[in-house]
Amino acid sequence: MLIELDSADEVAAVRAAVVAAALPSVVDVVPAARTVLVRCSPGTGVATVTSLLADLSVDAATPPAGRTVTVPVTYDGPDLALVASTAGVTVDDVVALHTGAEYTVAFCGFAPGFGYLTGLPDALQQPRLDSPRQSVPAGAVAVAGQFAGVYPRSTPGGWRLLGRTSVVLFDATRSSPALFEPGDRVRFEVAQ
Amino acid sequence: MRSVTVLRTGPQALVQDRGRPGYAHLGVPPSGALDLPALELANRLVGNPPDAAGIEALLGGVTLRADTPCLVAVTGAPTRLRLARCPVSSVDATAEAVDFATAIPLSAGDVLRMGTPSSGLRCYLAVSGGIAVRAELGSRSTDVLSGIGPDPLTAGDVLPLGPPPPRDTQAYRASGGDENRDKPAYRAHGLTLELPVLLGPRDGWFDDAAAQLAAAEWTVSPTGNRIGVWLTGTTLRRTADVTGTELPTEGVVAGAVQVPPAGEPVIFLSDHPTTGGYPVIAVVHHHALPLLAQTRPGTPLRLRPTPHTRQP
Repeated sequence: MLIELDSADEVAAVRAAVVAAALPSVVDVVPAARTVLVRCSPGTGVATVTSLLADLSVDAATPPAGRTVTVPVTYDGPDLALVASTAGVTVDDVVALHTGAEYTVAFCGFAPGFGYLTGLPDALQQPRLDSPRQSVPAGAVAVAGQFAGVYPRSTPGGWRLLGRTSVVLFDATRSSPALFEPGDRVRFEVAQ
Repeated sequence: MRSVTVLRTGPQALVQDRGRPGYAHLGVPPSGALDLPALELANRLVGNPPDAAGIEALLGGVTLRADTPCLVAVTGAPTRLRLARCPVSSVDATAEAVDFATAIPLSAGDVLRMGTPSSGLRCYLAVSGGIAVRAELGSRSTDVLSGIGPDPLTAGDVLPLGPPPPRDTQAYRASGGDENRDKPAYRAHGLTLELPVLLGPRDGWFDDAAAQLAAAEWTVSPTGNRIGVWLTGTTLRRTADVTGTELPTEGVVAGAVQVPPAGEPVIFLSDHPTTGGYPVIAVVHHHALPLLAQTRPGTPLRLRPTPHTRQP
């Protein structure tokens, strides 16, 4: 069942409500940009989920705050100058803007541990690269459109790269394998 | 330690169990055996619980040596099996034919060789006790998209086994051959595979989606894998008002028929990315996915919208 919503806040509220209900037939609750996907066990209906949502007041619901994660970044990305010139500011301004914001993990996708972060300052909301890179290093700190993100693994990627971090975004052997989970708050800081 | 040793593999041999559903919100694919009924049958035949891990062998080709007495069974795409009894001077030493989809007792040192199936794509091998490599996120499945799980198998790998199942396995030893051969999975190359689909969630992005799907004809491309099956043939047309626009990325499921702007669909399988920005016109019925996973490249394929049923 794919639930369509109008904003990231609504996505967060609906996701939190479905997860909190802990319905036994629900296997996955997957938030995304403007939707929440609810996957149920094969053969079970979605009637319970539908009735739960009918009773939920999305406007009034406030998603509970998750953890706050601080990510140290070395700001030496190959697209740092491009981002600065596109925004019409200096490189130091880009760093100040990026580290000055508080981000929220709206949803995860693309790869395990890849969180799409909202809260990116307007000046840093820029298009993807015309041609994606064949390989982006693991830990690359990046922006594209309205989102900020960190690449958990070396993969192809088209986002503009501001810098890099050494924190591990995803480790399947950790009890909380993903550093970024939907609802978490994130801040970036200059690595010492 | 009970174990089997891999002596040879075909094009791809992976440890698979029932996968790791429930982590899609972290970007983790569900993974697991693509033909789960075949793995479940193999596990039953050797007395394993249903969540035991086995080997998924693309186009067969796996040769194993039992290091301890054990039971094995091979199901999925039908293939010849040959057993060389210890002492084995070479992998190709005098070997007896043994039955597909049957529990085969092996003594320490015996070598089982799997042929290449002439129909279907994936063979499943279960060993009594299950393949007991380390689990990640609750599963021993190899996810080829994210790299979670054990590395693909290669010659020389020693695979630990779990403890042997209880000795009263007589009930499980009945040949599953009939059940397996009766499955309509292994059509001769050239017969059209028709898959039932539920329309949506983005069928509205396409001009008269049901009619386009009913008229469309594709063949299975050779470029597919555990992530998805690529189709070549009919290009699906979007409605004018969404042509050239992008869909905000959203959650997708296995079986999703995703349509990039160029119009030839991809049908997601178990190692699919958990979100995507291409519209999904329909979703293949869950029970038809094992059939799709056994369909060889070049097979003609059609999608049949199931009438009056919408994917919500």
